[in-house]
Amino acid sequence: MKISKLFNAGLIVTVGLLALSGCKPKAPGSVDTGDAASKVYVAPGKYDEFYNIVSGGFNGQMSVVGLPSGRVFKIVPVFSVHPENGYGFSEESKAMLNTSHGFVPWDDLHHIALSVTNGEHDGRWAFGNANNTPRVARVDLTTFETTEILEIPNSAGNHSSPFITANSEYIVASSRFSVPIGDDKSRDVPISTYKENFKGTVSFIRADKEGEMNIAFQLVTPGVNFDLARAGKQKSHGWFFFSTYNTEQAHTLLEVNASQKDKDFIMAVNWKKAEEYIKAGKGKVTKAKYVHNTLDHKSGIAKSTMVDEVIQLNIKDFPDIAYFIPCPKSPHGTDVDPTGEYIVGSGKLAAVIPVFSFTKMLKAIESKDYEGTYDGMPVLKYESVLKGEVVKPGLGPLHTEFDGKGYAYTSMFVSSEVVKWDIEKLEVVDRAPTYYSVGHLMVPGGPTTKPHGKYLVAYNKITKDRYLPTGPELAHSAQLYDISGEKIKLLLDFPTIGEPHYAEALPASLIKDKQVKFYPLEENTHPYATKSPEASKIERKGKEVHVYMTSIRSHFGPDNIEGIKLGDEVYFHVTNLEQDWDVPHGFAVKGANTAETLIMPGATQTLKWVPDRVGVFPFYCTDFCSALHQEMQGYIRVSPASSNVSLIYSLGK
Amino acid sequence: MVAAYFLPFWQILMWAPQYPEWLSMQIWLTKITGDVDIINGLNHYIGMKEIDAAMFPEFAIMPWILGGLIVFGVISAVVGRRYMVLIFLLLLLGAGIAGLVDFYLWGYDYGHNLDPHAAIKVPGMAYQPPLIGTKELLNFIAYSAPDWGGWLLAISGMMVILVLIREYWFMKKRTLQ
Repeated sequence: MKISKLFNAGLIVTVGLLALSGCKPKAPGSVDTGDAASKVYVAPGKYDEFYNIVSGGFNGQMSVVGLPSGRVFKIVPVFSVHPENGYGFSEESKAMLNTSHGFVPWDDLHHIALSVTNGEHDGRWAFGNANNTPRVARVDLTTFETTEILEIPNSAGNHSSPFITANSEYIVASSRFSVPIGDDKSRDVPISTYKENFKGTVSFIRADKEGEMNIAFQLVTPGVNFDLARAGKQKSHGWFFFSTYNTEQAHTLLEVNASQKDKDFIMAVNWKKAEEYIKAGKGKVTKAKYVHNTLDHKSGIAKSTMVDEVIQLNIKDFPDIAYFIPCPKSPHGTDVDPTGEYIVGSGKLAAVIPVFSFTKMLKAIESKDYEGTYDGMPVLKYESVLKGEVVKPGLGPLHTEFDGKGYAYTSMFVSSEVVKWDIEKLEVVDRAPTYYSVGHLMVPGGPTTKPHGKYLVAYNKITKDRYLPTGPELAHSAQLYDISGEKIKLLLDFPTIGEPHYAEALPASLIKDKQVKFYPLEENTHPYATKSPEASKIERKGKEVHVYMTSIRSHFGPDNIEGIKLGDEVYFHVTNLEQDWDVPHGFAVKGANTAETLIMPGATQTLKWVPDRVGVFPFYCTDFCSALHQEMQGYIRVSPASSNVSLIYSLGK
Repeated sequence: MVAAYFLPFWQILMWAPQYPEWLSMQIWLTKITGDVDIINGLNHYIGMKEIDAAMFPEFAIMPWILGGLIVFGVISAVVGRRYMVLIFLLLLLGAGIAGLVDFYLWGYDYGHNLDPHAAIKVPGMAYQPPLIGTKELLNFIAYSAPDWGGWLLAISGMMVILVLIREYWFMKKRTLQ
């Protein structure tokens, strides 16, 4: 009987063991962050070390974030209307969103390019691209306002943009979607004639003078998808590198049909050469229709100009402008290291990261070391241009940034990690997980000749369990890493605004003390500016009523208005008379179909209001401006169209 | 053993950085449940076939096989003869091994027979799931093991073995006396 007890015990143990082995294995855990808190803590009253200018993706904005704290300071509306300050609603700003398609209130802003001089950040401007209705925008880094937008003709899906040359000579805009271009007849073709009729374009936009962005020339290329780009620098200054995919020239089910070739191309463009051809009058002036919008700083008024031609160079006709470098499997990022010698291609479906040498490329071009042609143009021999491959870097390499100390950092979308590797030795030296599925990554100054290093931010596409959940849509998550040491250390998770793609960061000291605090009233050239309460007035021009209004703590002048009739269009031109920092006034009126306006000190903004019924309507200041902000209000009376109430206005009577 | 009709008998779990919550798939006698759609969505990038019930003709016969085994088990219990129990054990083991072989063959085909037009092709890489245990497949950690139903079947087999051992032991004891 003893034995049978033993058997029973054995049975229990066996079952127990089986049950234990039935548990799933332990997943790789989160990394220990040690003393991270003190490294990201910016004490009250202290400043962050870096401004991080972050694209907002599908919100069409940029956000301004401090590093290392991850705090958001400002949302800069660029391609999307912004009711909170009236951008795209106020009469002054509406023109900024004009395109050849009319007023477009939204876009998809993917990439940031900060202006550079000699390849280093100079803190003048941030540029952003509109992916959907192709445009590029300039944001002034002293006011954090969008001051200029240029539409790109003959383009669709302006994804490969706005990368910048070493002295901000040009920013580029190249087409993700090739489309048929030219006149109506050549654009109206069957989609199945992609190979014959669809063209890519690469626009070089002169960008070094504010208000004067223009397309210096536009390269016409075979129909492929341009993805990303980087300008050469130092020794490779004068060249530009564009990653391409869908060199298969598929027009349907691209996820399969554009992934067939082992190699697509990085297109190397000798833009100095292109400049020479343009100077020699070789460019072809073609008809186009696109809009250039500029903001006049003095009046605060944006205006649109239609442009009707663009100068083109078909790269097929100028064989020494562009060369194709084979690059494994649908390259996404193409990034140039700080010395300008190495070009890193990130084939998003590739198992290696190829690193190309600029010197070898020049040699291969010189010795005509071609492995074939693409649409009649030379394709350089892969091995002849290659410095080497980083093997087993991880899965799904997308983008590479540099720390200026000889290391590169590549984001791995599929394996959710950031991989640090030695540029000379092409060896992986460290890797750190991201949470989750990192897209772009950013090192302050990473794309410049002098990276500021110190930190790395991963902008992730999947958030999952990182924050308190908020229904189906979650904040996109970013991670801040310390890269000052040998090992990458995770410091901080922070949620972001919109869906960030690329971002750049620059030292706060470059722009902090250049910030505009207010606009001098005496320099205000707005035609409806009202520079003192006494100058307030109302003018009727037929159905249009123009109210010349002032705002100062804590009243509007005038604040009682009568004599408006149904059918009138009322324009409130509000001038903020304050001449001090951080005292904007807002203006909102009941039933307005637009938005509020937020008027900076010394500026004039106009809100259009079309009353739809008879009555007395309040208006008020929306920005808490003083202790008596709640008293900052007024009334406007609307009478029937047939009434004969005369136009009167008053303040304090 | 009857319980195996109402419980999944095999499980496949998958972990990746972006799936910290694990993806899971349960195989029942007649169906597959769990995150099958998500797994299919992921696997189409590397050209793996879509998993669905039609992929497994086994589902049509497995309930009958298990039913047959149960019936045989009951008969052998009623008959109460040792050789019947031995046959029953051999049948059980045979069915178990056949099941595993079948599962391995399916896994081999599923992991190797890839669409040549797949977006992601990693040279030399196959995606055969582990037969039992843990295996790293690209960014995923895949884990394959019996589920409750499978464990119950295993325990049933174990009990048959115990019965046999005890039977033989007692016989030996009696012989010694």
